[in-house]
Amino acid sequence: MKRFEFIQPTSLDEALAAWEPGAAWLGGGTNLVDLMKTGAMQPVKVIDITRLPGLAEIETLAEGGVRIGALVRNSDLANDADIASRFPMVSEALLAGASGQLRNAATVGGNLMQRTRCAYFQDPQAACNRRDPGAGCDAREAGAGQAVLGWSEICIATNPSDFCVPLAALDAIVEVRGPDGAREIPMAEFHLLPGDTPERETALSPGELIVALRLPPEAEGFAANARYLKVRDRTSYAFAMTSAAAALRIENGRIAEARLALGAVAATPWRVTEAEALLAGQTPDAALFARAAEAALAGATPSGDNAWKIDLARRTAIRALEMAAAGTPAQMPALPASPFGSTAGDLAHA
Amino acid sequence: MPDTLDPHIRFGSNSGQPATRRDGVAKVTGTATFAADNTPEGLLYAVFAPAAIARGRVTSLDTAAAEAHPGVTHVLTPQNRPPLQGDPSDKPTMFSFRFEALQDDTVRYAEQPIALVVGETLEAATEGARLLSPHYETEKPRVGIDDAEPYGFEADAFGKPANTVHGDPDAGHGSAATSLDVTYETAPQYHNAMETHAVVATWDGDHLTLDMPSQALSMSCAGFAHYFGIPAENVTVRSPYLGGGFGSKAIPTGPYVLAILAARMTGRPVKMMLTRQQMFGPVGHRGQTRQRLRLGADADGKLTVIDHEGISATSTFDTFIEPAANASQGIYAAGALRSTHRAVALDVGTPGPMRAPGEASGSAALECAMDEMAEALGMDPLDFRLKNYAETEPGTGKPYSSKALRECYAQGAERFGWAKRPLQPGQMRDEHGHLVGWGMGTAFFPCPMFMADARAALRADGTALFETSAADMGQGAWTSLAQIAADSLGLPLDKVEFRAGHSGLPDGGVAGGSGHTATAGNALHTAGGDVVRQLGEIAAADPASSLHGAGNASFVARDGRLYIDGDDSRSDAFADILSRLGNAEIAGSGSASRDPDMAKQYAMNAHGAVFAEVRIDPDLCQMRVTRLVGAFAAGRIINPRLAESQLFGGMIWGISFALHEEARHDPRRGHIVNSDLAGYHVPVNADVHGLEVISVHEDDPHVNALGIKGVGEIGITGTVGAIGNAIWHASGKRIRRFPIRVEDLIRE
Amino acid sequence: MSPSISLTLNGAKRDVALDDPRVTLLDLLRERLALPGTKKGCDRGQCGACTVLVNGRRVNSCLTLAATLDGAEITTIEGLAAGDDLHPVQAAFIENDAFQCGYCTPGQIMSAVGLIAEDRAGEDLERIREGMSGNICRCAAYHGITLAVRQATRGSAGIKKDDAA
Repeated sequence: MKRFEFIQPTSLDEALAAWEPGAAWLGGGTNLVDLMKTGAMQPVKVIDITRLPGLAEIETLAEGGVRIGALVRNSDLANDADIASRFPMVSEALLAGASGQLRNAATVGGNLMQRTRCAYFQDPQAACNRRDPGAGCDAREAGAGQAVLGWSEICIATNPSDFCVPLAALDAIVEVRGPDGAREIPMAEFHLLPGDTPERETALSPGELIVALRLPPEAEGFAANARYLKVRDRTSYAFAMTSAAAALRIENGRIAEARLALGAVAATPWRVTEAEALLAGQTPDAALFARAAEAALAGATPSGDNAWKIDLARRTAIRALEMAAAGTPAQMPALPASPFGSTAGDLAHA
Repeated sequence: MPDTLDPHIRFGSNSGQPATRRDGVAKVTGTATFAADNTPEGLLYAVFAPAAIARGRVTSLDTAAAEAHPGVTHVLTPQNRPPLQGDPSDKPTMFSFRFEALQDDTVRYAEQPIALVVGETLEAATEGARLLSPHYETEKPRVGIDDAEPYGFEADAFGKPANTVHGDPDAGHGSAATSLDVTYETAPQYHNAMETHAVVATWDGDHLTLDMPSQALSMSCAGFAHYFGIPAENVTVRSPYLGGGFGSKAIPTGPYVLAILAARMTGRPVKMMLTRQQMFGPVGHRGQTRQRLRLGADADGKLTVIDHEGISATSTFDTFIEPAANASQGIYAAGALRSTHRAVALDVGTPGPMRAPGEASGSAALECAMDEMAEALGMDPLDFRLKNYAETEPGTGKPYSSKALRECYAQGAERFGWAKRPLQPGQMRDEHGHLVGWGMGTAFFPCPMFMADARAALRADGTALFETSAADMGQGAWTSLAQIAADSLGLPLDKVEFRAGHSGLPDGGVAGGSGHTATAGNALHTAGGDVVRQLGEIAAADPASSLHGAGNASFVARDGRLYIDGDDSRSDAFADILSRLGNAEIAGSGSASRDPDMAKQYAMNAHGAVFAEVRIDPDLCQMRVTRLVGAFAAGRIINPRLAESQLFGGMIWGISFALHEEARHDPRRGHIVNSDLAGYHVPVNADVHGLEVISVHEDDPHVNALGIKGVGEIGITGTVGAIGNAIWHASGKRIRRFPIRVEDLIRE
Repeated sequence: MSPSISLTLNGAKRDVALDDPRVTLLDLLRERLALPGTKKGCDRGQCGACTVLVNGRRVNSCLTLAATLDGAEITTIEGLAAGDDLHPVQAAFIENDAFQCGYCTPGQIMSAVGLIAEDRAGEDLERIREGMSGNICRCAAYHGITLAVRQATRGSAGIKKDDAA
């Protein structure tokens, strides 16, 4: 690990003043410290923000919705009974991520800032335009397909966050403080597609710091029919191959409003408003969900040897919609949203 | 010898008991000392810089930057590395492979050490290694099995399996009514013991002390002594606990040699612990294989031939061939058998033995091919195996020393409910709509013995000390060997002090090949027997003893007393015999190895049957093993609690082989892209359900005096095939490449 | 730049001078404070061998910079037993043969203690398996681990070190 200056400010103003180019904010450290070890990140200054006051609260807002401090730990948010009942897929997504230990350390703000898990990004010996603009993309050259949506020839990385997928679906708002004061960034604008500038991953300006996250009042309307589904190649402690957050507001047997976002398919959580529009006003059934999923993946193209992933993402979206239509389980948070999350019962010979 | 000694007479009450681990408290309280837990005074830390490419040359290293980093004390490169007294290409012991220890600037595989940085702190040495910022001249790497031409080789050394033919395979093909010709592939796998390879090296003059995990302590001393030009007795290896071995911790490797060299150069103790990423190269792996299986069967379902051709990857600079095709030699009564091996030289680290080397990969392919043949014949897979049950060893016709495989099939099938299995695939679903499939495979593992020595001493206070340089890598040597030792003197377990894990003790042999308990155990048993014999002689000659005059009788030790064999009326207490001797201690010694006559007469193997249930989400194609029943017959089980754990572990390695493990190479640079535990998947707790082990009773009077066969590796065999077959049975899709992945089912 | 931190380490106050902010809690314990019970398996948060309790919560000590921990209360495997009385999780691990080589065991045990304190899994085996999935065991002692955690969750009296052996 490269040597760095370590400071531990005790006020937000002090922290913001301490920022300089090459500095990094340190929250739970689960991603930053790891990348400092591989050498993918080499901050000259590490600013430990965990001592900043007032950033670790979860508050219900008078106008509805909830405000979650940037330093709330993932496990505390996931296990908050109020969050689980009002925004069940947020809990479900958080608990599908990482491990109990990592969730105890990782913060809400850090989860939003999580870097891609592309092996070539993590490895400083590899060419990576995201880490080192203009260096090239070894992942693309190797044919190791990753994203299937929104990627460019410059970068094919995906965003690994589970948490961000329901946040995108629920129109979360990111509250930011920086040298120029406070501002808010809608989730849909927070993460950036690579285009020609993959090094620009978020809408944050240099020196800006996430202080909180808001889930708007409307997000509560989906509590009865909201699921996060994560497909992975071992049952737990693995990043998603594909994932989907599906939320339906069902009135009189019809979908009054739908939200759908996909994970692990693009450099950003992938909200699919086209599919949502297609679902709105309809009676939920298998054919409808298939059409919606088709629309969700309409623009998908493989970035390497991963055409199968488009198919898997489509199937994941369908299943997530089916699960949402079937209703949020009584016990939340449910077991991680694997199709095998519930105990398998007796055999039925077909 | 073994034939004349009834093991039951001399066998006491400790063996067969499910004692908890004697090292249990140390391991749950964090006081069990693993190699890297040692931090001697004056310690320096060494970190090697690994090659980022698989083939080429290092053209520059920024040694100035590394040396300038605060805390860095030394930087070793091929330019300034002190000489070794033995060449890294030498083979001082049977299990030696050429290693890379900065001989030159050539890069032969990714993660090869290309420099060593030594520092006052781990942080300094780590950053120093990074600051070397190597540049390379890169050649196109050969990392896939098609990247080089297969070649044949002479079976003239360890790691080079012979080709074997029994009967007339061509005639077998010709006479087959049903023929099968299928090719299976297995991925490169890396041991990844949770404890990465680690050493603390301390020199005192020309004496070297190594705290390091070792599956073969005495052999390691001989190896390191050779490279450093000192007598083997000047090397001490302390290895009380290994944090997992799985075959990777028996052999001197380049990183160890560099750390020892650094310690000699600096005159200070040096600690080196490999990073997880560095485990993917210089310390062995299971080479990838491609296996063609051609099976023939007559109209009755009898196999006319098993023809197994294996291609296995090795490195460009040494040869270890995963002997996959050998797995077809000993199991089924085919009219003819042919196993051939060829190698492909790739730009990878030299493979080595990894838990069930050959058997795991070979059994995976064979058991799936057997399933395919059963399908082609319209037979139940278990019936097909029973139809081809080998009553004597196929090919050689030798009788088995013991073989309860039929009982394994029966008990496993009964417990699993195999009789209810529909013949056709895709017939079963659970209430969630998941596809359900059942598959099975035969488990099989040879039971070799190595050579081991042991010492026993009966003390005046009635306790005993037993010593052998055995290694406990988790299989439970501290416990099961002590149980054997206690029985050899007829003492309760708590009266026995057992010393192991130190090379200064009598040679405990190799903890490998599932043969350690049998080998070291029989040596301890013999050492205890030597003490009993001496006690008998002393007592018989002592007028004060009730055994006086019984000089021609044989003696039995039980409950701290010596009895005349077959005559319980005459006995004398150990304590009394010893006290009359002036409280002397009686020392005995023993050794063990395979009886060559028995080996000539009998085929010796452990057997088993594994039944797997897999559920598959028909849309998302996620697979989960929901039940795994293994029935195993492996001779005498010394400690059923620990044996069950070993078998569970092996079966879960089978899940891992079937569904998870695969090192993926970058085609351009040749390095392994997923060289960490986030990318190289092994099962986590949530992947493991419904495991059951049935221990099938087996008495084996021939395999060794104690009748022990070993259980360390057999659990993987059979399991991989059973899972592959269950996936087919659930989905109707036959995937002929391991691991079977979600995308394989989606693509099909 | 050279922070000195004050810790409560296994119940005892300790002032630790840190000359290097790069030192992780894991390396601090192992290399500088003579507490090598906590193990390094991957050093990247991918295996759980380094799990300790920080302020009562299980975390990966390999990803925790020591400099951030001023004032923290840390419990490692060495601090779990009360004298000769094993912690119920430790005793249950021995009884259920929940380990083989023992290398991941300190992390497994600290993780289990953390999991039980979180009170999310109860005695549900499926939830225990999920809750313990952040701790890889290459020997694959998962069957015993799951049973041990359930047994300890049910609660068992302290067992003497001598009894357990």
